[in-house]
Amino acid sequence: MALTLDEVRHIASLARLSLTPEEEQRFQQQLSSILEHASRLSQVDTTAIPPTASVLPHPARLRPDTPRPASSRPAILANAPDTERDYFRIPPVFDAEA
Amino acid sequence: MSQLTDLTLLEAAAGLRAGRFSARQLTEAHLERISALDPELHAFLTVTAELARTQADAADRRLAEARRAGVESLPPLLGLPIALKDVLCLEGVPTTCGSRILEGFRPPYTATAVQRLLDQGAVVLGMLNTDEFAMGSSTENSAYGVTHNPWNLERVPGGSSGGAAAAVAAELCLAALATDTGGSVRQPAAFCGVTGLKPSYGRVSRYGLIAYGSSLDCIGVLARSAADLLPVFLGMAGTDPLDSTSLETALPPIDLDGGLRGVRIGVPHEYFIEGIHPEVERGVRQAIETLTSLGAQAVPIRLPHTDLALPVYYVIAPAEASANLARYDGVRFGPRLRGHDLLDQYLETRGHLFGPEVKRRIMLGTYALSAGYYDAYYGQAQKVRTLIKRDFDEAFTEVDLIACPVAPTTAFAIGAHGDDPLAMYLEDVFTLPANLAGVPGMAFPVGRDADGLPIGMQLMAPALGEAHLFRAAHAYQQVTAWHKERPPR
Repeated sequence: MALTLDEVRHIASLARLSLTPEEEQRFQQQLSSILEHASRLSQVDTTAIPPTASVLPHPARLRPDTPRPASSRPAILANAPDTERDYFRIPPVFDAEA
Repeated sequence: MSQLTDLTLLEAAAGLRAGRFSARQLTEAHLERISALDPELHAFLTVTAELARTQADAADRRLAEARRAGVESLPPLLGLPIALKDVLCLEGVPTTCGSRILEGFRPPYTATAVQRLLDQGAVVLGMLNTDEFAMGSSTENSAYGVTHNPWNLERVPGGSSGGAAAAVAAELCLAALATDTGGSVRQPAAFCGVTGLKPSYGRVSRYGLIAYGSSLDCIGVLARSAADLLPVFLGMAGTDPLDSTSLETALPPIDLDGGLRGVRIGVPHEYFIEGIHPEVERGVRQAIETLTSLGAQAVPIRLPHTDLALPVYYVIAPAEASANLARYDGVRFGPRLRGHDLLDQYLETRGHLFGPEVKRRIMLGTYALSAGYYDAYYGQAQKVRTLIKRDFDEAFTEVDLIACPVAPTTAFAIGAHGDDPLAMYLEDVFTLPANLAGVPGMAFPVGRDADGLPIGMQLMAPALGEAHLFRAAHAYQQVTAWHKERPPR
């Protein structure tokens, strides 16, 4: 299961990761060998075997949606790299120079 | 004063109650030892000295008040210094996950497991080093430098909870809270010669734990014996309305002295394979003999899908990680690298502030979940996970416990696995299955190799069967002294 460089670049863009050309090369080789190892899974007969998404004996339970005290707004905003009043500030969603 | 750090957790608790020393003295002794030893170990990322002193003084006031009022029953952890793996939120104290992408992050709230111990009056000495986002088996993936094994500074302490294991082994704290997604409590416990518990999935609330692989993550404990571990585990276990995956099943009473008479211990053929270091195998087999001499019965068993645990884990855990780590985008927390627009900011921030192993797993997970590959990788891995879980279900109809090595080798040299991720992943072969099946496991020291490095054994029990682990490990530690051996100085 060898990945091409283009596939590596595509995955990186889906994952929102900028990679250097050296990283692309290294990940191409390393991810290919890990996927090669994982390809053993395809040889297992799983006909009629249900998937396990959670090992809990029952589905996650719901609780009443009751308001309760939460973290303070200033404490939350204090962690953000850029804020304005009570908002997180971000750069333009569309290229400012376009 | 420094001899106070030689006390076990239970001895320290007894000493505080008897008034032989104060919580402040106990805390100062640990802080002094951290100052003396941590420059070369690098177990701590943050030492919360002032917070610890405040908590210790508060504990002393509670102790004095109880003495005046003639109150006998005090919380077991009152005044006892512990430390936290740097993935657990403690309000206002930097929590980085060993990553530059969370540099400077101060959680606005405290994890439930931590809060329960604070409510008892426990003292927090600081935050412990970890592989970045708990991804690794050596702490070499920490963005803030490797932790050294106190038994031999050229060796890794294991990982990802290497800081926790090194700190407990070197007597820098009495116990440490850590996490285990694929062996991250048990393997470092084995490498550093301490006792480590990964509870059943759902036994401990994960509210306030920074997520890695949500169907696998468990909060566990490291301490210097099973007896020391027990009050910490009891203190944090139990259901939590803030974590819908925390189980409501009540914890049964755990009788440490319950003994091993009639206990059936399965010895799985698949865990004694070629590649396991002969000294590790010998140590574990000898420990199994000790357990049988105490009344247990050893039974050969099969866990036929064991060799598939590694590929299943390295599809499922990265898939979950790629989703969990999507939140680190330089908007709400952590540093931001500027881009000319929002997308560019995401790419720059994530591309430069995540380390290589985290990027590798995000890439793997993204691929395994992407259109066209989902069924072949993620879907198939979930089905094979069912087969692994069934292996355990069947085995536990015949036996009460499973005994096996924790890792194929003892602590390896820093740098030994270089840039070979698959070689590093193979370190986890014996610990991953418990996470995939959701069963609890405990690691504890059963010998030392020719280089003097600790050898660990792992016991696994059926889901919610932690009591079996405590009874067996405690019985073993009553007749052996490996857990009492400490690294030089």
